Amino acid sequence: MKILVLIGNVPDTTTKIKFNADKTAFDASGVQWIINPWDELALTRAVELKEAHADKIESIVVANVGRAETEATLRKALAVGADEAIRIDADAKDAWYVASQLAKVAAGFDLILAGIEASDYNGSAVGGMLAEMLDMKSVSAVSGIELADGALKISREIDGGSQTLSMQTPLLAVVQKGIAKEPRIPAMRGIMMARKKPLNVVAAADAEEHTAFVGFELPAPKAACKMIAEDQAGELINLLHNEAKVL
Amino acid sequence: MNFELTEEQLMIQQAARDYAQRELIKDVTERDTKAEFPTEHVRNLAELGFMGIMVDPKYDGSGMDTISYVLAMEELSKVDASASVIVSVNNSLVCYGIEKYGTEAQKEKFLKPLARGEKIGAFLLSEPEAGSDATSQRTTAEDKGDYYLVNGTKNWITNANSASTYVLIAQTHPEKKHKGINALLVDKNTPGISLGPHEDKMGMRSSDTHSVMFTDVKVPKENRIGEDGFGFKFAMKVLEGGRIGIAAQALGLAAGALERATAYAKERKAFGTVIANHQAIAFKLADMAVKVENARNLCLKAAWLKDQGKPFGVASAMAKQYAADIAMEVTTEAVQIHGGYGYVKEYHVERLMREAKLTQIYEGTSEIQKIVISRDLLK
Repeated sequence: MKILVLIGNVPDTTTKIKFNADKTAFDASGVQWIINPWDELALTRAVELKEAHADKIESIVVANVGRAETEATLRKALAVGADEAIRIDADAKDAWYVASQLAKVAAGFDLILAGIEASDYNGSAVGGMLAEMLDMKSVSAVSGIELADGALKISREIDGGSQTLSMQTPLLAVVQKGIAKEPRIPAMRGIMMARKKPLNVVAAADAEEHTAFVGFELPAPKAACKMIAEDQAGELINLLHNEAKVL
Repeated sequence: MNFELTEEQLMIQQAARDYAQRELIKDVTERDTKAEFPTEHVRNLAELGFMGIMVDPKYDGSGMDTISYVLAMEELSKVDASASVIVSVNNSLVCYGIEKYGTEAQKEKFLKPLARGEKIGAFLLSEPEAGSDATSQRTTAEDKGDYYLVNGTKNWITNANSASTYVLIAQTHPEKKHKGINALLVDKNTPGISLGPHEDKMGMRSSDTHSVMFTDVKVPKENRIGEDGFGFKFAMKVLEGGRIGIAAQALGLAAGALERATAYAKERKAFGTVIANHQAIAFKLADMAVKVENARNLCLKAAWLKDQGKPFGVASAMAKQYAADIAMEVTTEAVQIHGGYGYVKEYHVERLMREAKLTQIYEGTSEIQKIVISRDLLK
């Protein structure tokens, strides 16, 4: 089995978000870039599966759409345990554009893992789009993948409970939190080996862009939180009615 | 001049940070209270490659440079100096000495399991009456032909109980004074070795420290490191490198305290605003930041010199003395900024302050470092 894990290059989750002067672009200066947390969990699960089923899983490949500066993120993925990386040399614009680029390199994989969303634009669209473009069956909101009896045992969180499915490859799984317990910390041996693993750069394919950024705004700062003692229900109703005006 | 870290160095720094902030933090206070050895963490750190960071991969190490070692030590020590001292002793006092001065057979037998972290090492130099004055070794290693017969007591030994391999410094030819000292590799399970009680320390409480007694302990001749009488020079050379590890530990304690104090100052309110807006606090933080940055630069400079194969003894003494002294100052100020909260265990800074004190004492006191620095200056 060959596994492809889609990797997003996103700002560290503690980044202070800033924009350029006319607020039409994100200001990336001084930003530390990381693997999108959902993709990191997907990769961790892929590595765990390969460790547990070395006889069944041939390779793990990671792919992203990004410029040369995103290669550090891909090399981290190689250090964590991917065997090979592909960078499609283009700016990651909108979801359709990114999925179109990934479709060019995603053929021939038995299992594709995509994080449910990216922590930058939270579009939640690339995985589903890619499955359609590849004409591959897909399953969303996956929180567990096991290999069992020649099939994939898929767990999903659903409203009010969980669902277990048995599915055959080829398959694209859109994965969410729970797919792996914690992201894997790369061992030094992995960090050393990452240098020697292939990182192939592929030219961008022609693809339509469906969106253009018009402007960015920061959300309004959160209002101060008021704590009300548990025996002061009357005060709570008073504040909701007269101050917040929601009652 | 280039202050940029390489991609690998950044990855190692991040790996150490992730492990410390995610895993060590979970039980650090409990282990400190109970003086409990971090067995599980040492196993995990070994799997990640932290127990043999600088050892050549042909001896099962990670093959990283000293700069990576400093970065890892800083990050681990921000959270847990007890765990980081175990890493430091294994790396710079034990693995480094065997790799640099040991025979191939010694490397095969002793270094490989230490570099993999399957076994832990300890460095036995201090004695009840020989700490800073390391030439006055009373522990004897009598030459008996094909073995040494060891008798004596070693004090303040980090990893004494958890270690399997001891690097022991002992006197073979008392008439030759420090030129009669030898360094021996000793299996801890050798008959005649016994341990004193676990030392109930002020800080670094989850590292295990004991005195070690030797009574007619037979050590095979092939376990001697280097030529007969090389032991004192060996110990001094090894401690030169060891100082970089402890300097980086002190740096981590200071940097960890600064991070905590900065975060607290941005949250805690007094007189209608966060205390960071009061100049008394803001200036304290500025002073702390300058000291931390200076200590970091000294540590990285010493590590860089070592990686370049240049003399680093004075640079590592400067790094150790300065980082240890400012660790004490910065952690004390961090407690002050936290006020009453700083004095309770929940906020960690009181522990960092207790731990910082030891960095001024072990692996060469600040005063000994000043002897090294001034002797070089005045020669």
